Amino acid sequence: MSPAPGRPALTVVVVYPDLLGTYGDGGNGLVLTRRAAWRGIDAALVNAPSDRPLPRGDVYCLGGGEDGPQVRASTSLIAEGTLARAVDDGAVLLAVCAGFQLVGRSFPDASDRSHPGLGLLDVTTRKGTGPRAVGEVVAAFDHRAPGGPGGVPLPRLTGFENHGGVTTLGPEAVPLASVVTGVGNGGGDGTEGAWSGRVVGTYLHGPVLARNVALADLLLTWALGGDVTLPLEPLDDTEEDALRTERLSADPGHGAAPTSGRRRRR
Amino acid sequence: MSVPVRQRLSARAATAVLAAGTVNRLSRLLGRGNGTVIGGRTGLAVDPGLLATLATGRRVALVSGTNGKTTTTGMLVRALDDGSAVATNRTGANMPAGHVAALIGDRDAATAVLEVDEGYLGQVTGATRPRVVVLLNLSRDQLDRIAEVRMLAERWRTALGGLPPGREGDAPTVVVANADDPMVAWAATDAPGVRWVGAGQVWQHDAVGCPACGGRIGFDDDGGWRCDSCDFARPERSAWLEGHDLVLADGRRYPLEIGLPGQFNRANAAMVAVAASAMPPLPGRPPVEVGTALERLSTLEEVAGRFSTVRRHGRDVRLLLAKNPAGWTAIFDLLDESDHRSPVVLSVNARVADGHDPSWLWDVPFERLARRTVVATGERCRDLAVRLRYAEVDHRTVEDPLAALDAAVDGPGDGAGPDGPVPPVEFLGNYTAFATLRSRL
Repeated sequence: MSPAPGRPALTVVVVYPDLLGTYGDGGNGLVLTRRAAWRGIDAALVNAPSDRPLPRGDVYCLGGGEDGPQVRASTSLIAEGTLARAVDDGAVLLAVCAGFQLVGRSFPDASDRSHPGLGLLDVTTRKGTGPRAVGEVVAAFDHRAPGGPGGVPLPRLTGFENHGGVTTLGPEAVPLASVVTGVGNGGGDGTEGAWSGRVVGTYLHGPVLARNVALADLLLTWALGGDVTLPLEPLDDTEEDALRTERLSADPGHGAAPTSGRRRRR
Repeated sequence: MSVPVRQRLSARAATAVLAAGTVNRLSRLLGRGNGTVIGGRTGLAVDPGLLATLATGRRVALVSGTNGKTTTTGMLVRALDDGSAVATNRTGANMPAGHVAALIGDRDAATAVLEVDEGYLGQVTGATRPRVVVLLNLSRDQLDRIAEVRMLAERWRTALGGLPPGREGDAPTVVVANADDPMVAWAATDAPGVRWVGAGQVWQHDAVGCPACGGRIGFDDDGGWRCDSCDFARPERSAWLEGHDLVLADGRRYPLEIGLPGQFNRANAAMVAVAASAMPPLPGRPPVEVGTALERLSTLEEVAGRFSTVRRHGRDVRLLLAKNPAGWTAIFDLLDESDHRSPVVLSVNARVADGHDPSWLWDVPFERLARRTVVATGERCRDLAVRLRYAEVDHRTVEDPLAALDAAVDGPGDGAGPDGPVPPVEFLGNYTAFATLRSRL
């Protein structure tokens, strides 16, 4: 299907950066938009604040945030319904940390009261009992996870996690990756993130798409399916590769534990 | 000299002070730095009440907030400087061990001005019974280590709401709070004595969710704000910034002609002038008027090396520090006020004191550097390089900070003609990146 006249070929929507913009995850939207534009694809980045109706887009990015704003974001997204309808219609969704939790079935707030999520991923989050998971993560894509163009498995994931929640997967969700170093979902099964259809959830900041451009390109491929000749034209990723190489060999203990007794949730 | 303030020490406190001194001397002997913090830690281990003991009998002012603590503390010391001694933690050691060290270092000073880490404000307020507490701003910083903004605001609120009301002859603690920051306003609302200063806020992104009801806070163009769902709104101000002037509610107006550059330092100066005038005077001395405080700030040109200029291979290099998106945004405003041809060296580390997760780089508007010569350096220069690539800012990456600085220093100034003066190089580093470079210059 070709885009309507005047409408860009690709619209990337960063959802509620005023509520879910605490951890730099808005960078995921920028990475997607630039990587499309650098290939000559007409791409628009829309930062969609929480006081306006959510616009229609081809890719939606949700990021991490604080407890109160997370509940507010979830309540608003459920009430207005655009995100769930867009996903139903085939839009791509990347949800990180608090965003990952709120697209699941339920998640806890600061006082451990459970709130309903959007139910776009079959995952459930509860409050962890141990220390908050803080530090570098390396994870290998699960064998059931989506492959790159041509079915080649994606290279390992690298990112930084910072969360107090424990997320367990239901039968309709598939783990995104298995943890090599770090905590990930934290439910004891060694998994990190989840995916289903065109919805990908992860705990990884960095932002995750800046550190893992292969995942960025996979999401672009999904979003552009039918509009461009695939696979996507390669880019000069020298700087991204240098960052990946450094992070994949980083000391896993570096930043793995908070240095003070202060603890936060999510 | 005014009345003697040297505190009476219990046997335990005396032992603690002695132990701290011994550790400091050992630390110096072993070449492990001047040892003030480790000495303070030792003192607190011997006597946990040592900070309270050492603060007794002094007039204490505390300065806290996410950005500008060290600079504002240095400014307040200068504003109160009438020749009598002031104890202060000028190196930025802003946790209780650093406070103990500062107070041991100057046992006779009747005044103490202490920078306080955001997470320790309640504890230090309880121990030191300050006359003035300055609250600058609250925004995201070191999220792997420090609490998220709303949790910090809530903790401040509990601590400040618990301050004793003034009794006869004993005024309550004056909280000098930035009314333009909703998180600061939330924290200070229940304090018994507040002077609200409209000091502006460059970074509003962490203040959109109302801390009172979860509603949405809307900002207007002059910095005013209110929640759309409850009656939480900007408090009535007793002083505010208007352009480059400080205006008091009674109509007095003072130009902020200070030695430190940038709008954020004019904002810090406004807070300092109000704070200095709120400090009870020492016996036999006049109170510090707002105008006097500002005059004293006109000759202060650097604090702990920040904003200082050094010469490197015959060229000026200005040293700037910023730790988080709000700080970097404020520094970009400062660069816009300065020579647009200046090359910029950006240095980022991610050690404990910086926060281990440099994802915040993606919240910094690097796009604003698009037409400058930019060199990326520091231990996390690769994260920075990727961020600059997606900001479409041309840059070079040189891992070693000194080599990076020299690459910029020895390069041509952008557009510097044979006739024009060579523009200075701007070096901008986060916390440990700044300290590392300074130690190597």
